[in-house]
Formats: sequence, C-alpha cells, structure tokens
Amino acid sequence: MTSLLPIDILLIAACAWLAVGLLGLVAPRNTRFISKTLFPLGAAIGMVAGFVALDSLGGPAQTAVLVIGLPDLPFHLRLDNLSAVFVLLLGFVSVGISIFAAGYFRKGEGTAPGLLCLEYHVFLASMLMVLLADDAYAFMVAWETMALSSFFLVTTDHRHEEIRRAGFLYLLIAHVGAIAILLSFGVMTGGAGDYSFAGMRAQELSPFWASVAFLLALAGFGAKAGLVPLHVWLPEAHPAAPSPVSAMMSGVMLKTAIYGLLRVSFDLLHTTIWWWGVVALTVGLITALFGVLYSTVQNDMKRLLAYSSIENIGLIAVGIGLTLIFHAYRMEGLAALAMTAVLYHCLAHSAFKSLLFLCTGSVLHATKERSLGKLGGLIHRMPWVAWLALAGVIASAGLPPLSGFVSEWLLLQSFLFSPGLPHPWLNMVVPVAAALVVLVAALAGFAMVKFYAIIFLGQMREPGLKDAHDAGTWEKVGLAWLALITLLLGILPSTVISRIDAATRQLLGAGLGDKLHEQGWWMLAPISPERASYEPMIFLVTIAATLLLGRWLVRHLYHGRVRRTAAWDCGYYFQGPRAQDTAEGFSQPIRRIFEPMFRMERHFPTARDAQPYYSVKVEDHFWHWLYLPVANAVGRVSTLIVALQGGRIAVYLMYSFITLLVLLLVARP
Amino acid sequence: MNSAIPFSAQLINLFAAVILLLAFAMLAQRRVLALINLFALQGLTLCLATLVAAVTTGQSHLYYSAGLTLTLKVLVLPWILHRLVRKLNVKGEVEALINIPTTMLAGIVLVMIAFNVALPISELSHTITRGTLGIALAVVMLAFLMMITRQKAITQVVGFLSMENGLFLAATSATYGMPMVVELGIALDVLVGVIILGVFFFQIRDQFDSLDIHHMERLKDN
Repeated sequence: MTSLLPIDILLIAACAWLAVGLLGLVAPRNTRFISKTLFPLGAAIGMVAGFVALDSLGGPAQTAVLVIGLPDLPFHLRLDNLSAVFVLLLGFVSVGISIFAAGYFRKGEGTAPGLLCLEYHVFLASMLMVLLADDAYAFMVAWETMALSSFFLVTTDHRHEEIRRAGFLYLLIAHVGAIAILLSFGVMTGGAGDYSFAGMRAQELSPFWASVAFLLALAGFGAKAGLVPLHVWLPEAHPAAPSPVSAMMSGVMLKTAIYGLLRVSFDLLHTTIWWWGVVALTVGLITALFGVLYSTVQNDMKRLLAYSSIENIGLIAVGIGLTLIFHAYRMEGLAALAMTAVLYHCLAHSAFKSLLFLCTGSVLHATKERSLGKLGGLIHRMPWVAWLALAGVIASAGLPPLSGFVSEWLLLQSFLFSPGLPHPWLNMVVPVAAALVVLVAALAGFAMVKFYAIIFLGQMREPGLKDAHDAGTWEKVGLAWLALITLLLGILPSTVISRIDAATRQLLGAGLGDKLHEQGWWMLAPISPERASYEPMIFLVTIAATLLLGRWLVRHLYHGRVRRTAAWDCGYYFQGPRAQDTAEGFSQPIRRIFEPMFRMERHFPTARDAQPYYSVKVEDHFWHWLYLPVANAVGRVSTLIVALQGGRIAVYLMYSFITLLVLLLVARP
Repeated sequence: MNSAIPFSAQLINLFAAVILLLAFAMLAQRRVLALINLFALQGLTLCLATLVAAVTTGQSHLYYSAGLTLTLKVLVLPWILHRLVRKLNVKGEVEALINIPTTMLAGIVLVMIAFNVALPISELSHTITRGTLGIALAVVMLAFLMMITRQKAITQVVGFLSMENGLFLAATSATYGMPMVVELGIALDVLVGVIILGVFFFQIRDQFDSLDIHHMERLKDN
C-alpha cells in the first residue's frame, strides 16, 4: 500500500464521503445512528483529506484518469499545489462542521436526517471533486452536483414559503454563474475542442478572447462567491439553511469559487492584462464596502454574517485584482505577496466564518431566536459558545493576534507597494483603494462588535432567554476545533505561509518562502524585517499578560470593602434590559452616515400615536436597480409570447405549417 | 420526351398521381368512415408504387418496406381506426373549419408550391422515381392542411398518418427509401402513436362528451 499516492487517497476520501452519505439512507429516520456515527465518520474522512493535502503541498502535481462518465470522455483529475491548499481548507474546516453537525441535527426538523446526511456528504464529495478536476467536463459535473446538493441542503426546511424562495433564488443565480463558467471554458479551448485543462493551458489566446474568458470566469465564479451584483442569493440562502450548512457554504463553498477564479486567471490563461486586475479590484472593493455596510445594519444574526461573508469575498477579490496588476507588470515578488494574502484570507475566513455560523446555530437551538433584538446576555447561560465565538469575532474584525489580522495586514502591505507600479494612473489610484480597504476593515470591526455585544453581552432582552442552555459536547468540540484553527492561523503565520507558498510559487513562479525561512517561526516579515514585521506571539503574550496582571491587581490590591449603592443613575431608578442599546439603535449612526447606500423604509412614531412604534426596513438597492427591471422585462416578454398560445390546435398546426412553407420557400439552394 | 421514360417509371408516376388524387379526395371527404377507407386505399397505392420500384431496381429492402406498408397502413391502422370510430360512435359528418371548395383551392396552391420547391431537389437525384418527389411533398402539405382544417380529433390522426405516407413516398422517390432501421422505427412510432391517440380519444370524450377539439381551447394557460 506504499504506492498509494495522495490523489488516490483523496479519491478514496471522496468515495468514502459518498458511501457515508448512502449509509444514511439505510436508516433515514434513525437520528442516533446518523448523527453519532455517520457525521463523526465524515469528520474523520475530512481529517484524512486535510492531512493528505497538507502533506502533498510542495510536492509535484499528480494526475489520475477516472474512467467514468460518457464514453471517450473520462474524468481527468489533478492534484497540484493550488488544489492542495483548498483541499486542506475543505478537509480541516469540514472536520469542525461535521463534528458540530453530529450534535446539531435533531429529530423532526424538516428533511429526514438520513436524506440530510446524504446531501451533506454528497456536497462534501462534490467540492472535493471540483478541486481535483482537471478537465472542464469533470469540473462542471462536480460544480453542478455541488450546486444541487447545496440547494437541497438550503431547502431542508422546505415547508416555509420564504425558504423555498431563497432556494430558488440560489439555484437561479448558481445556474447563471454555471453558464458563464461553461462559456468561459468554451472560449479557453480556443475552438480546438479539447476540454481538458492541459489542452486549455496549451492554447495561445488572443488578448481579446483571453479577456472574454476572464470576464466570463469572473462573472461565473463571482456569482457563486457572491460578488456584487450577483450577491443577492447569499443573504437569503444563509439564514434559510441549517447552521452547519450555512457554515459549509460560507466557509468552504465560496472558496471553491475563489479557487476556480484563481485556476482560470493564473493557471489556464497565459496572458495577464493589467486592466483585468483593475476590474477585479473595483468589483472587489464595491463588494467589500457594500457587504460590510449592509452587515452593520442587519438585525438577523445569520444575515449579518452572510453580508460579512460578502465583504470578505470582496476583500479576497481585491487581493486577486492586486495580484493580477502586479503579475501583469511582472512584479512577481509583490504579486506573490498579494497572492499570499488572498490564500491566507481564504483559509482564515473559512475557519472563522464557519465558527461564527456554527455559534449562531447553537444560539438558535438554545433560544429559538434569530433576531438580534430578542437576544442578549447569553454569555451567562452559554459561556462556551460565547468564549469560542469571541475568537471568531476577533478574527473577523481583523484584530491581532488572530487569523483575520494576518491576511488583512498582508493585503495592506501589498497595497503599500502599489505606488511603484509603472503605470501613471494606477500608481495614484490604487493606493486610494487601500484607504477603502481600511474603511472596510474598520466597519467590519463595528459589525462584529454589534454581533457579539448584542447577542452575548448586556442583559437578556427577553425573559425566555433564562432557559437557554449551553451547547452539547459534540458542538463544543466542533467549535473548539475551528477556534483552534483560527488561533493557529493567527499565531503561526510564517509556518503556514511557508507551507502554502508552494501554491503561490506554482501560479506566479515566485513566493515568499525563502525570506521567511531565514527569520524563524515567530516573526512575519514578508519583504524585509526593516520594512515591516509582525510578531503575533508578542501580541498574544502582551494581551495575556495584561489580562492576568489586571486580574491579579483586582484580586490583590482591591480593598474588598464592597459598598452597594445607587450609583450615578441619571435619574433612572430602574435599569432593565429595555434600557440597553438595541440592534437597530447600535447601527443607527452607520445608517445615517451612509444613508444613500441603503434603501430604507422607516416609520417614526409621532406624539399623537396611541400605540407608538418605530420600524426600519433596509433593502438592497440592487433589487430595484437590476433584478426587478430584469424580472419585469421577462414578464412583459412572456405576456407577448402567451398571445401565441390561443388554445386552438388548428392554430398551433398553422404555426408549424407556415413555418414549413416559409422555410421551403426561403431556403432555396 | 415521354418515350424516354421507362415503363416502370411511368407506372410509379401513375401511382404517385393516384396518391395525390386520393389526398385531394381525403381533403374533400366529409364522412369519417369513407375517409379511413380512402386512407387505406392511399396506403395500398403507396405499397404498389414501392413494389414497382423494388422490382425495377432489385433493392431487396424495398420489398420489406412494401410489406410493412401493406400490413401497417392498409390492414392494421385502418382496422384500429374503424374500431375506434365504431366504439366512439362518431360516424356523422366531419365538420371543417373552412368550407371544402376553399380548402381545395388552397390545396391546389400548395401543390404548385410543392412542385416548384421540389424541382431543384429532384434534379440532384438519380433515381428512376425522382419525378414523384414533388407529388410526395404535395401529399405532405395536403395532409397538413387537412389536420389544420378539420374539427374532429380522429380526422387529425388520419391527416397525421397520411402525412407519414407522403414522407414515405418522398423517401422512396429521392433515395429508394430510408435505411431499414429508420423505417422500422417510424413504422413502430406510427403504430404506437395511433394507439396512444386512441386512448386519448376516450379520455377526451369522457371529459368533454365530444371529440370536437375546440372544447380543448379552454385548456390553455391564462
């Protein structure tokens, strides 16, 4: 068995996931068997896949040919360093989610657990196949399997009208994206008819057709990743799906789209044109700003996280754009820096966003409540979830010493070199984009403070929250695993970067690895220690020391004479949960400052109202600017076409007959 | 010019002309049972035409085609249709949407168009039957016209079958018939189609107490 290559093991892992899923159908109603046996089994497979990918990083690319599918059209598979980074992400993040899911899925909630188990594991296996595919055929089959299985997972609770609607929207945009991807592949074959990726690499496309292929890929993968304006499915589908599914979609599935975009733009296309980077950068910036602004004003915790995912995808797209610009000007060292930021942010985001989505799942189970306005003070009842969520929140806000900071810091570092670009406009405009990235990072911090403070801190806003219970053991383990990944990504950046450097090197021919080896694991100085360096351990030690010192000071220096009295209470004798800042109130300044960015419907109480109430509804501009006009146009065209349908068979026959006659008369040789 | 055409080709042309004549007769026929008989007669003529072509050219698969036509279009299908008519009790007149003389005039125009269209194609063909291509096309169009102008569902089926006759004639005249596999497939399709339509007739009558297709107009989606 020593001859078993990593790609073979990964194939076996995909088959094992499928087998686990099928086992779920053996006893579809046996919740105990499925959740306590099959999901942990799936987690174990994920662990194997993760370690195999970690091990194969830096090694040579391996290929395999699977003789399934259509005759003469086998599946080509390939495991190279780029795939390995994303398989690593898929494997390790899925471990946490699967373990969590073992404790999450209960009896009698929507779809039968056996079916859910099948869909979940098919989803995992298809994502793995997307990452391994080496021809357009295998890629599209896996891609569509992924879309379909996740659609069924989103509509688990299909008895609710709005969940079916969310599922439909998701499927629609997934298909629009898939068409764009298919067309992009078609363009890249250059008419040679060879749909294997090797064949596409061998094509020399003219700049025009290469640009067409790139833009189609950007649109297609952007639809899956949630780039503006194709983001609308994300805030609908994520709240609709069960939390482990939202975690998997946001944490891993969005990254498969990023993988596809990287694969097309850096591997399959030879040429890189500088304005591609500008397009990606602009779209990414708009997406990031849009996502973060909307995430600050959401009052549903899962919607808030969904918009935050849009923001993070936007940041990743900004990084890709920057890489493309540097790459186009052959500044490979800087391109490698930006690419590292992209890959690092993919890893970081998938861990912390899955963690946060799973936390919302625990909160949802404990309280049956998704609206932020009805939560609060849960740290007293759910300390485990609250403390583990804190790790995710810190990472998501981009604060040291956790993972989000590293990637955002790397991204900003690469921005600092953009004045050196040899293009007169770019070197002035691109640094401005850095300012917007910083704004996004700050607003992301705001959104995360809102998320954490309103759910976990303060007093309980509803009396029912007193009965909330902490997560079960399985859930705790799953959360702790993801928090551990977040922590490791935060404090060991050099170690991680020297592993994923192989992917950067493969795509760009340059990496950061050499410099990092000279420095040691505790320090990250991507260009040179004189220019900028980051030592996460110092942050960690300082923070820990400050906390411990503060605690010690309070314990030992405080005199201990407790005097309970009405403090300066501003004239309020009673300070109940109602006196706290609400979710709406907290984000009111943002709504004010960025008012033109939102489409708001507000109702203010007046002095004469018998039952005064205040309400605000924030809607997405893109519905009114893009989606509704398109939908209306389709409706109008349909009414015109309905006129053809008179209901009389004679008339229908007449249509065919006239067509036949016209064709006979017109199409003369 | 006429003397240059061999006897067999003249015979085929004769049969083809008879088929065209029968197509006009079907267009003019008001009674359902007579219509079915005309259809059987058309099938028989087609069978004879194919047989002559087979004897002349010695192509063995044309014999099979002729046999297939004989069993299916002269015996089986008319028998099924007769049974259907008797069971459904629709002996009366066939109501046409457009009156018969107008339909006939339209038919003549169609025949002219068909001949005109078929002329360049038959020049490319080297078969002895190539002169009949225009007739075949005309039969297809006349059958189509019959389907459009008739009210009763059963006459539409007859029109559909007659159209298939025209296609068969076209295939024979242009290339001495289609490959055997295709022909068998089409024959099976036609048979199955008629059986399914027979089932539909019963359903339609149960639903609407009539076989008039204008009752189905309210099935449309509003």
